[in-house]
Amino acid sequence: MNMEKIIDAENLTKKFGNFIAVNDVTFQVGQGEIFGFLGANGAGKTTAIKMLCGLLTPTGGKATVAGFDVFKETEKIKNNIGYMSQRFSLYEDLTVAENLEFYGGVYGLRKNIIKDKTDYFLKLLNMEEERNKLLKSLPLGWKQKLAFLTAIIHEPKIVFLDEPTGGVDPVMRRQFWTLIYKAAEEGTTVFVTTHYMDEAEYCGRISMMVDGKIAALDTPTKLKEKFNASTMHEVFVKIARG
Amino acid sequence: MKRFLGFLVKEFYHIFRDYRTMVILFGMPVIQILLFGFAIRNEIKDTKIAILDYSRDNVTQEISNKILSSGYFILSDNLFNEKELEEEFKKGTIKEIIIFEQNFSENLYKTGKANIQLILDASEANLANMVMGYTNSILKEYQKEISGKYSSPPSITTEVKMRYNPELKSVYMFVPGIMAIILMLVSALMTSISITREKELGTMEILLVSPLNPLMIIIGKVIPYLILGIINAVIILLISANVFNVPVSGSNILLLAETVLFVITALSLGILISTLVNDQQTAMMISLAGLMLPTVMLSGYVFPIENMPVVLQWLSHILPAKWYVIIVKSIMLKGSGFGYIWKETLILAGMTIFLILLSIKKFKIRLF
Repeated sequence: MNMEKIIDAENLTKKFGNFIAVNDVTFQVGQGEIFGFLGANGAGKTTAIKMLCGLLTPTGGKATVAGFDVFKETEKIKNNIGYMSQRFSLYEDLTVAENLEFYGGVYGLRKNIIKDKTDYFLKLLNMEEERNKLLKSLPLGWKQKLAFLTAIIHEPKIVFLDEPTGGVDPVMRRQFWTLIYKAAEEGTTVFVTTHYMDEAEYCGRISMMVDGKIAALDTPTKLKEKFNASTMHEVFVKIARG
Repeated sequence: MKRFLGFLVKEFYHIFRDYRTMVILFGMPVIQILLFGFAIRNEIKDTKIAILDYSRDNVTQEISNKILSSGYFILSDNLFNEKELEEEFKKGTIKEIIIFEQNFSENLYKTGKANIQLILDASEANLANMVMGYTNSILKEYQKEISGKYSSPPSITTEVKMRYNPELKSVYMFVPGIMAIILMLVSALMTSISITREKELGTMEILLVSPLNPLMIIIGKVIPYLILGIINAVIILLISANVFNVPVSGSNILLLAETVLFVITALSLGILISTLVNDQQTAMMISLAGLMLPTVMLSGYVFPIENMPVVLQWLSHILPAKWYVIIVKSIMLKGSGFGYIWKETLILAGMTIFLILLSIKKFKIRLF
C-alpha cells in the first residue's frame, strides 16, 4: 500500500465496562481504497466505525481520519466524512428532492450545487420521474442507492458504510456496488462493513474481525491463498473456527 | 444558521405531512375544552334542599312553593332552628338550605326589603354554584311577579354562604387545567416522539455524524412544538373567552409569557424522556403514564389539592403543571399581576433550568 494513508488506527481499543468491544486494533486505509470490514454480528465492527466517525471516544490507542485526531478533532472529521448506517437513513415523509436538499443543507452546500447534484444523482439512478415522490413510495433497493448518494453529496474524503445492503436482493446489491466503485474511482475512500461474504470479494482489502480483534487483513485473493479456500465464505469459516 | 433553518423546514414537513398528528394536535384542545366546558354546565334536577322558615307567612309559603314546584328542587326537610343546619349537611343528601328571616312578609310589605339566606354545600363547587344560580333566578322571577302589588318595588335580598369550600375553588379550573394538559401533551409527548423517531429510524446517527451541532438538533426539534404549543394556548383562550365567557381578567402578555415558560418546561421534559429511551413506543408510554396522568390527577385540575392525602400533596409540588395552573388561575380569574405570582414563576423557571441541564448532560452521555 503506497497510497497516502487516510485512516490510520493504532492499538485502537473500546471498552464498555468489562466488555472489550474493540481490542487493540491496528490498520491503515489508503486514499481511494475500498476497505472491507468483515465479521459476525457483535464482532465490534459498528463500534470501530463509530469511533472513526467521532461518535464514540476510544478508550485507548490512537487514530486519525483524514488527518484529524479522533480524540480531539471530531468536528473537523465530521466535515470530511459521509456516513450511511445499517438502518435506513432517509426520511420517509420527505420527497426524494427534499431529502437531498436537507442533507445537502446540513453540510452547508449552496442551493444551486444541491440542485445540480440532485439532477446528476437522479439521472444516474434513472429516477428522474421520482424526484417529487415521497420516499416511502419507493422500493427498498432504490432508497438504499439514494441513501448512498446522499451520504456522498458533499463529496467527502471518506464514506463509512455500515452494512449498507442489508435486506436487499442480489441484483440490487450488485447495482449498489457499481455505485460504490464509481465513487471510489472518483477518489472517495470507501470503508464498508458487511456480513455478506460475496460482497467481500468486491473489496480492495479486507480485515476480518473476530471478538473485537482483527484476525486477518489482506486482499481477497491473498486471503484465499493463505487459507487455502476458494471463496471468502470458506476463509471466514476457517478464521471464525480459529 | 442556514443549516439550522434547513433543519427547521424539515421538522415542519414532518409535522404537516402527518395528517393524523395534525388532527390530534389541533382537534384535541378544541374537543377537550368544549367537552369539559359543557359538561360542567349540566342542568340540575331534583336537588334535595331543606327550608328553615322563621316567618311562616303567606309570602314565604308562596316562595317555597314556587321553588319546590320548579322541578329543580325537592324538599327533604323542614327545619325549625339553626342548630339543625350542621347535622342536615353532614347527612350529605341536601345541597342547599334556604332560610327566611323573621317577619318576612311584614318587612317586605312595610319596608320593601326582606332577607333570604342561602347556605350551600360547596364541597361540590360546580354543583353549589348552579344550585345557587337556579335558586336566585326563581327568587328574581317571584320579585317581578309581585312588583305590581307594592307601591315601591320590593327587594328580596339573598345572602349566600358557601360551606366547606367558600371560594368555590374548582369552578373555572377547567380552563387552566386544560391548558396545562394540552401543552404538556403537545410539548412533552410530541417532542419525545419526534426525537425517538429519529433514533428509531437511524437518522439520528446520520445527523450526529454530520457537522450539525447536537444542541442545534435539539433546538431545531423543539422550536416547532414551541410554536404549536403557543398556538394551542391561544386557541384555548379564545374559546374560553368567546364560548364560555371566561375572559382573561389579567394581562394577556403576562399570561402568554408564563405559557411560553411552561411550554419550555414541558419541552425539556420531552427531551429528557427522549434521552432516556430509544423507541417511540416507550417514549409515548412514559409521556402518557408518567406525565399526563399525574398532570390530570394531581395538578388540582380534577381533584382539589387541599383534599388530597398529605403524601400526594407533597407529590403535587414537583409537578410543573400544578404551578402553571396556579399562575393561569391567578391571571385569568383573579387578574393578578406578576407581583402575586413571582414565586410560582420562579419555581417553574427553576424546574425548567434543572430539566434542561439534566437533559443536556444525559444527551451527551447517551449520544450512543
